[in-house]
Amino acid sequence: MDAVAVEALEKTYPKGVRALDGMTFAIPEGQVFGLLGPNGAGKSTTVRILVTLTRPDAGSATVMGHDVRREPAAVRRTIGYVPQASGVDREATGRENLQLQGRLQGMRSIEVERRADELLELFSLAEKQSALVRTFSGGQKRRLDVAMGLMHRPQVLFLDEPTTGLDPEARTAMWDELARLAAAEKLTILLTTHYLEEADRLAERVAIVSRGKVVAAGEPDALKRELRGELVTVDLGSSADGRASAVVDALDGVNDVLTEGQRLFARVDRGAEAVPTILGALDAADVEVAAVTVSRPSLDDVYLHYTGREFRSDDEAGT
Amino acid sequence: MLVQPMFWLLLYSQLFRRITDLHGFGTTSYVDYLTPGIAIMTAFFSGSWAGMGTIEDLDRGVVERFLATPAHRVAIVSARIVQSGVVATLQGLLVLLVGLALGARNGGPLGWIVILVASGLIGAGFAGFSNGIALLTRREESMIAVANFIGLPLLFFSSILIARTLIPHWMRVASLANPVEWAVRAARGHVIPGTGWGQIALYLVLLAAFSVGTTVFATMCFGAYRRTL
Repeated sequence: MDAVAVEALEKTYPKGVRALDGMTFAIPEGQVFGLLGPNGAGKSTTVRILVTLTRPDAGSATVMGHDVRREPAAVRRTIGYVPQASGVDREATGRENLQLQGRLQGMRSIEVERRADELLELFSLAEKQSALVRTFSGGQKRRLDVAMGLMHRPQVLFLDEPTTGLDPEARTAMWDELARLAAAEKLTILLTTHYLEEADRLAERVAIVSRGKVVAAGEPDALKRELRGELVTVDLGSSADGRASAVVDALDGVNDVLTEGQRLFARVDRGAEAVPTILGALDAADVEVAAVTVSRPSLDDVYLHYTGREFRSDDEAGT
Repeated sequence: MLVQPMFWLLLYSQLFRRITDLHGFGTTSYVDYLTPGIAIMTAFFSGSWAGMGTIEDLDRGVVERFLATPAHRVAIVSARIVQSGVVATLQGLLVLLVGLALGARNGGPLGWIVILVASGLIGAGFAGFSNGIALLTRREESMIAVANFIGLPLLFFSSILIARTLIPHWMRVASLANPVEWAVRAARGHVIPGTGWGQIALYLVLLAAFSVGTTVFATMCFGAYRRTL
């Protein structure tokens, strides 16, 4: 049985924003799964449906076999949820936050104390357990968030943007914690992120999300293999017409070409060799060039590759 | 929250000490008259600001974290209202202790208990209303506007500061619909001659109904909020 199964989910928010448009994926038990995509792509909405906060307009979703719409109470007992906005009580101590979370999950107090000790130790928060959360660093606060999501030993853990807003050092530390956790607790984890490295580092399988649906899924390595090479961006002069794309596409060593307005993107094996060739061909075809840049593959490129759009375009459309 | 009531008790009661020369207070000590009123005023003011904490919790994601647990949906709202009632009772206790130190008597232990019960009920009642508004508007500005708009009128349409018989007739009639006035009448039952237990009980029942009513209102607003997620 899949721990999480999402089938053709649709959701439109009252203001007419289409957040999900046929979102479909499944996570086998025990797997760490990453939903990768920019803000507004529908990652958070998917998670919020799976943790029973939001109701989908259409489609179905189950967590450990429980339907999120028909058996929300059973789903809530099964899951841990670490929302994007932390939701800890800043005026309470680390331990008090864990205690409240445990009681809300219906745990007995003796069990609450034992589990709190365990998690404070696991997340290196033992020495901060009696300090008010307001005095915590960003990284410590985020680790407490995750610990709270784990209080009742859930079977499936949802992490919504676990490292957004952390400084690079705290982010790396968080990745270590999460990797350790995934190995130790035999959890199924769904994490959303817009950091390619994060998905790469933590997730066994990744789904790339754009405009409310999955556009590509697979192991991170496999996805990256398809993105071998470098990206050449050519800013075309104002007189450019549709010919540029065809001219560049015909060249050797160019794998993929895409134009967006006055911009042409070409995926090439080796940028240093391709640039003179591309410029020469465009010159010969009488296409004016304003600027040219070469870059290594990044999340922008993964996204561009699978969606045919620049990363930021979802931001403008999305919530 | 407790600084202002202390000024009312310590300074206002002295400033208007001679007001009991007019008839209708039922006591010659203005502190004795004022103490139950200030306890009720403190309780209903603190209750009507309770929604501020709810808005903060909505903004911080605390409410959503609670919603993703098996905790009962109704408990997530009503717990806040119960908490406000407890806080209002404790505030009433502090006001009462200061009043007693200043020479108020308020009918002995039974009268004191009535003051505390009325404070708790009126605090919870306004907390229910305040939480409902917070869940509907979800903006601190709107919350502040509502709390400010209802605070003083409800204070002046009551006998908190002055004897009922000295209030203009039309205001006295209007005050009968004011839950704050019900709380004051119950809390002051042992000061005003001729108030029986039956009347005190009636006001306490009305207050309890008011608290239940606003709790239902807040729960409905919570349902509306959840549907917008």
